[in-house]
Amino acid sequence: MKHAQQAARFIADEARTDWHDQALWFVREKRDRASHGLPEWEQLREWGARIKEHTLSHIDTYLEEVSEKAAANGVIVHWATDARAHNEIVHGILQKHQVGRIVKSKSMLTEECGLNHYLEDQGIAVVDTDLGERIIQLREEPPSHIVLPAIHLKKEDVGQLFHEKLHTEAGATDPKYLTEAARQHLRANFLQADAAITGVNFAVAETGALVVCTNEGNADMGVHLAPVQIHCMGLEKVIPRQEDLGVFTRLLARSATGQPITIFTSHHYRPKPGGEMHLVIVDNGRSEHLGREGFRNALKCIRCGACMNTCPIYRRSGGHSYQSTIPGPIGSILNPGFDLDAHHDLPFASTLCGSCSDVCPVKIDIHEQLYRWRQYIHDRGKLSRTKRIGISAANVILSRPRLYRLAGKMGRWALARMPRWMIYNRLNVWGNERELPVPPPQSFRDWYQQNRPS
Amino acid sequence: MTVGLFIPCYIDQFYPQVGRATLELLEKLDVKVEYPAEQTCCGQPMANTGGEMASLATYRHFVDTFSRYDYIVAPSGSCTHHVRHHYDVLPDSQALTHVRRQTYDLVEFLVDILKVESLPAYFPHRVGLHQSCHGLRGLRLGHGSERVGEDFSKLAYLLGLVEGVERVSLNRVDECCGFGGTFAITEPAVSVKMGKDRLRDHLSNGAEVLTAGDTSCLMHLEGLIRRQGLPLRVMHLAEILNQPAKTTVAS
Repeated sequence: MKHAQQAARFIADEARTDWHDQALWFVREKRDRASHGLPEWEQLREWGARIKEHTLSHIDTYLEEVSEKAAANGVIVHWATDARAHNEIVHGILQKHQVGRIVKSKSMLTEECGLNHYLEDQGIAVVDTDLGERIIQLREEPPSHIVLPAIHLKKEDVGQLFHEKLHTEAGATDPKYLTEAARQHLRANFLQADAAITGVNFAVAETGALVVCTNEGNADMGVHLAPVQIHCMGLEKVIPRQEDLGVFTRLLARSATGQPITIFTSHHYRPKPGGEMHLVIVDNGRSEHLGREGFRNALKCIRCGACMNTCPIYRRSGGHSYQSTIPGPIGSILNPGFDLDAHHDLPFASTLCGSCSDVCPVKIDIHEQLYRWRQYIHDRGKLSRTKRIGISAANVILSRPRLYRLAGKMGRWALARMPRWMIYNRLNVWGNERELPVPPPQSFRDWYQQNRPS
Repeated sequence: MTVGLFIPCYIDQFYPQVGRATLELLEKLDVKVEYPAEQTCCGQPMANTGGEMASLATYRHFVDTFSRYDYIVAPSGSCTHHVRHHYDVLPDSQALTHVRRQTYDLVEFLVDILKVESLPAYFPHRVGLHQSCHGLRGLRLGHGSERVGEDFSKLAYLLGLVEGVERVSLNRVDECCGFGGTFAITEPAVSVKMGKDRLRDHLSNGAEVLTAGDTSCLMHLEGLIRRQGLPLRVMHLAEILNQPAKTTVAS
């Protein structure tokens, strides 16, 4: 089902749509207050963008450097060309240690690779430990946002879910009570897990540090308790120097949630005594995307989710309407690169208002790329026949003044004289909820020629 | 200095009063204006649907029609933005460079080129200002709420020159109205919902008139207003700036 239909279904519950819109707008406003408190904000964005652009241009060098430094620190480094390779590598590590239970802290990459299902099919129990992630895992649905995975759910929904799965009191909706229940439930899992998996926000090439930014501290808890720790990262997560990190930690938390910094910024360098530490570096379409002129800098993304919070379409259609791991504006420019046939409607799920590009902490020209994807999709014949013919017909009419004037005149004439039922019917999508303009008796041109005789 | 007046296709066909207001306003300011009768459209509707390479004949026609003017002025941030930023797909030529560089939205032409400091206009109404996105974030006619820096709006500045205008404050100062060209038809549910939300913001803050620099936003919003019978009317900013002065009204 296309985004437009999914969105219509979401909006059918208007009160809930308003609630969803307002919940995300609240985050956008928090982000505004946090960023507007820094006079150097635009400078930071510029630095963030430049550092990322530089890194992407020298990605081979920095990836080699980070892998060498990590290996020197005692980390076992793996390279995965795609999702399948990633999952097999992780499974291989777990098999070697005969791991039956793992805990995982938020990683969009493992979501992208479908790691949970893969491991579960191999008989390994996977528990997502971040509250939002755990909620959607219990509901057996994908995240609807990359930072706030359960933002589509109300506390009543969570109360009901926890009552069914964690045996909390029926009808309980108090967030404190529900969170405490989740804590107790997760604590047991932390203690039993034989391995912990986390994502990586930044991998510092010069030191080999793997930096993980979280608010709940679950990544740390998992990593500290389990003998085996596995960090999975997309290859674009590398940054050159330790000193670059400060730019991104300042940008990331403010953009994501309006916090000055995440509660935990953990730098993982080496395995704990007696433990084992793995780094899996994943391509999965990224290097191909790097080769796409006009689209490559989407790989600058630091996964803050600010473009989702600001997007007026995302807020009113929900993350699931995008039917992809990464929804919203950034998802709409990344997903067509990974699977054009599945996602070619996403670049059209935008008014090109440009708010996403202005909110982006690393200055990805998101709305410009949406525009470029539209051209790409048209040029590859992926637009519907009606649209393609419409474009060509419009070009014929609009490049011939007399034809344009005739078409305009006929259109206005028909609109003024046709009975309402002929104009407003199910073929007129505009008119389902909106009136068409009242056709004036004469065009501006006609008026001009009468009133400004040359 | 001769200005070539560019009246976007849908304004020409459906909102001639916006074209008239633009023309009369420029004439009031002693600008020599000509309306080249062969003009049609900038091609944005097709390009935003993905067909810029299938619209080059329309682009070329635009360049041919307007290249003889010192400035090309349109009452539309969106169409201006399109000509300036997206005509780079045409082969380079002097005429193309000239047209892209010299095409101005009415608001920026008034503020940046004519440097208008006063207007003889009177409009005693509560007005809500809609910041059309392509003007705001494309042409930077104002400071978008996402960005950190000095707050300004060229539209608000001009509106402030009109006597009697009481500008209402909005809860969301620059959220998109949901028009988005063909988006209004391909994503009708979201488009309509966005429009309704914009209108609610203006109405709850007491606006009688909703104004913008782009008639396309207003066409969408007006369509909703009329269907729902809301107590709000839409006017292009040019129509407000072109109102007669107070003394004229009194006599």
